[in-house]
Amino acid sequence: METKKQVSETSQYAKDAEEDKRPLLFGLGFGILFGFLLHKGGATKYDVIVGQLLLTDFTVLKIMFSAVATGMIGIYFMKSQGWIELSLKKGSVGKNVIGGLIFGVGFAVLGYCPGTIAGAVGNGYLDAIVGGLAGILLGTWIFAVMYPGLKDGILKMGDFGDITIPRLLKVNDWVVVVPTVALIVLLLYWIERAGF
Amino acid sequence: METITSIFTDTYWSPYAVGIGIGLLSWLSFLISGKPIATSTTFARVGGMIEEVIAGENVKKRPYYKKIKLEINWQLMLVVGVVIGSFISAIISGDFQFGVWVPSLWASAFGDSALLRVLVAVAGGIILGFGSRFADGCTSGHGISGTLQLAVSSWISAIFFFVGGIITAHIIYLVIA
Repeated sequence: METKKQVSETSQYAKDAEEDKRPLLFGLGFGILFGFLLHKGGATKYDVIVGQLLLTDFTVLKIMFSAVATGMIGIYFMKSQGWIELSLKKGSVGKNVIGGLIFGVGFAVLGYCPGTIAGAVGNGYLDAIVGGLAGILLGTWIFAVMYPGLKDGILKMGDFGDITIPRLLKVNDWVVVVPTVALIVLLLYWIERAGF
Repeated sequence: METITSIFTDTYWSPYAVGIGIGLLSWLSFLISGKPIATSTTFARVGGMIEEVIAGENVKKRPYYKKIKLEINWQLMLVVGVVIGSFISAIISGDFQFGVWVPSLWASAFGDSALLRVLVAVAGGIILGFGSRFADGCTSGHGISGTLQLAVSSWISAIFFFVGGIITAHIIYLVIA
């Protein structure tokens, strides 16, 4: 027999689940579109990703740069209209330089990254399903175990918080957005001209 | 002739079309969900959930799991969606890979041993997973969503992802192979 407390707990869970459902479904929908695009771009394949790191195939850079340029214009426009707020990650030299380098080593050894490995799983690649997934789960777990020892030491080293480049330079957002987009377009044009 | 349906059954699209598509997706994800597209915290969360199943509720007390919260959330659903979306695209374009253990680039340098490739993939995954949490983001969260917001943390991370990756890939294929 259910006690009163259990009943109220159950209905509370049901209520939470009800409230959470829509955002979760949107997350799933965005993921499906993102995965579809990653596959169409060839970014779910080891050969394409490692080809980029070997500087023989520039597909990954072309995808990333055109996504960043497109995204930046829309995000900063919507921010200027007050429709959205930025969602920035706090940073430090220890986190982003050392962590970035460790990530890069793993990126090349595995040949997938956390997003593209999900795509590689959907694409059927068994080295990703059997090897890569297990490795990533283990690696994040090792970090979780080591976190108490890292969080006030190396992860805080050279802390600079959640700052953007325009705020760092103390200029209007568009003073950085416009030249950055122009530079990306120029770089992509140059990569195409160079025959990559 | 290119028709609307043949676009979806093509295996590859122009990388620019894909990139612009991801950029537009980032607009919608900010506008509708108020969140940037990102994936790597999900792996830490799932790892924690697995540990919770094995070792019990106490696992939730780990400071890192208190910080990221072990629950099914928006980003976890997004990662599940990526698997589904890639699967749909692969199936309708006839590109789903059956029984492929060894990528061809890897095989050209290190042979077609599935065991070797899987062991290296596990090792690479461990380094990648650890690094993604160390840097607090991955190629999606920092590399695309963070750089397009012009976050200093993300530009530094993205640059060092590729510095580390380019050097390591060259060591693997030019020195070791």
